[in-house]
Amino acid sequence: MGGKLFRNVSFLSATLSFFILLGIFVILFHYAQDAMHTFGWDFLRIDQWEPGEDDEGGMFGGVIPIVGTLLTTLIAMVIAVPLSMGIAIFLTEIAHKNLVKPVGVAIELLAAIPSIIYGMWGLFYFAPIIQHTFGGNGVGLLTAGIVLAIMIIPFMAAITRDAMNTTPPVLKESAYAMGATTFDVVKDVVMPYAKGGIIGSIILALGRALGETMAVAFLIGSVLKFPSKITDPTTSIPVLLANNFSEAQDLELSSMYLLALLLFVVSFIIISLAKFYFLGRSAK
Amino acid sequence: MNRLMLNKLILALSTASAVIGIGFLLWILTTLVVKGISSTHLSTFTHDLVDGGIRNLIVGQFTMALLATIIAVPLGLMAGIYLREYSQSPKLSATLRNLSDVMMSAPSIVIGVFVYALFVDPFGGYNGWAGSIALAIMMVPIIIGTTDNMLALVPQELREAGIALGGSKHKIILQIVLRAAKVGITTGILLSFARIIGETAPLLFTSANNQFFTMDMSGQFPSLTVSIYNLATYPDAASQDLAWAASFILTVIVLIINLGGRYLTRHKH
Repeated sequence: MGGKLFRNVSFLSATLSFFILLGIFVILFHYAQDAMHTFGWDFLRIDQWEPGEDDEGGMFGGVIPIVGTLLTTLIAMVIAVPLSMGIAIFLTEIAHKNLVKPVGVAIELLAAIPSIIYGMWGLFYFAPIIQHTFGGNGVGLLTAGIVLAIMIIPFMAAITRDAMNTTPPVLKESAYAMGATTFDVVKDVVMPYAKGGIIGSIILALGRALGETMAVAFLIGSVLKFPSKITDPTTSIPVLLANNFSEAQDLELSSMYLLALLLFVVSFIIISLAKFYFLGRSAK
Repeated sequence: MNRLMLNKLILALSTASAVIGIGFLLWILTTLVVKGISSTHLSTFTHDLVDGGIRNLIVGQFTMALLATIIAVPLGLMAGIYLREYSQSPKLSATLRNLSDVMMSAPSIVIGVFVYALFVDPFGGYNGWAGSIALAIMMVPIIIGTTDNMLALVPQELREAGIALGGSKHKIILQIVLRAAKVGITTGILLSFARIIGETAPLLFTSANNQFFTMDMSGQFPSLTVSIYNLATYPDAASQDLAWAASFILTVIVLIINLGGRYLTRHKH
């Protein structure tokens, strides 16, 4: 009796993720109807975010925050991928064994620091340096992208390291015995062996960068304008939501839901790709 | 460039990457400690936000995170138990595992929007319950993942011994398997608690914030992280100092819980 109940409750809990994901999609889709009907696909082209005169109607389009999200993510990935690979190689192939543990833990602690701390530190300490070096007013695409990179590096490095660590030592030893250098071993033995895990970690970090709110909110400038150079302020989907969602009404609110839906669908696709194709967790 | 030179170059670059990574950690932590300690006074802990302290914010943030834990832990545990102990179909469990991982990576701001639509808008305004629910949604998939992984480490022989003693399946799970995995699961719960207590985005339009001390979760509820976001963007020095003090204390809390969780499992790795 009790056993059957226990089993059924555990089954229901296991299906919860499915229903919550489905629920998020349905709810966002439902509340985004208004904006979808009014703007259709033009929502992806309109570069305005202007409420109407008497709070009725208005013109709302997602292209600026969409471009802002993609550009900050791109800058972050360009910086974070090589540095994360470097850290993972350092931890698996170079570091003295007394160093592996503390450096590894330090990297993981860096991943545990809340994103709002990165944002605030970036605003007060990093933005002035960018302003000094590259001009502009400190906040903008470049600052947001770099701090975003600092935030996702520990995460990406930790997963890449774990993937690289699964390479059987005997494979590496054979290569070394043939006269391979450490880099040859990394390039021709470790990388091919851990390929799935490494690509998976990059895609997961990409998903995290796309959806990151707080670190970017402090640093992107939150201006609804296309950036004309890399130090210009602009905005991103999560930042627009964070700053304007609570005051929005009617068509503007519906447009916000549509932006949230776009972000959700894009990250769902990206993360599913990483999980289902590259990081087969089921094999364990 | 010959391969030995190339090797040296790549090794140097890799080492430099690690130095840069650690360098940023030290830079951020040093800033936090210096700015945090100089801005933290005894009155920071005894006053509420309205009087220039963070007492109500710490209590509020912990209350929401604890309630989220109370919701998320049973659900996550049960789901993990199903995946590892009951599921007969590897295909179904693989799909459920992947979906849980996808949910873990869903943008936190989107979860905030979702909870707003379900638990804020229909109930007439921001409330602490909605904040807890948003945090619980973030926590469940993390608990599922740890439970699943930790149960996988429990030796099959323990289950067989339970069967040999005539135990029923759910008795074996509750009294033998879960006990064997206790430490690992506790660590997982601590790490996920450390993760959600620092979340801001899911709280922005669910609990919102409150300047006053309150335990009434049906209204706007004090949040440490939301306050940091608000305070840091005010131009006056007093607000910014309070934001640094709050950030410092938040980071200390997160790192202590994190290290505590790791300490529990120190012998296993």
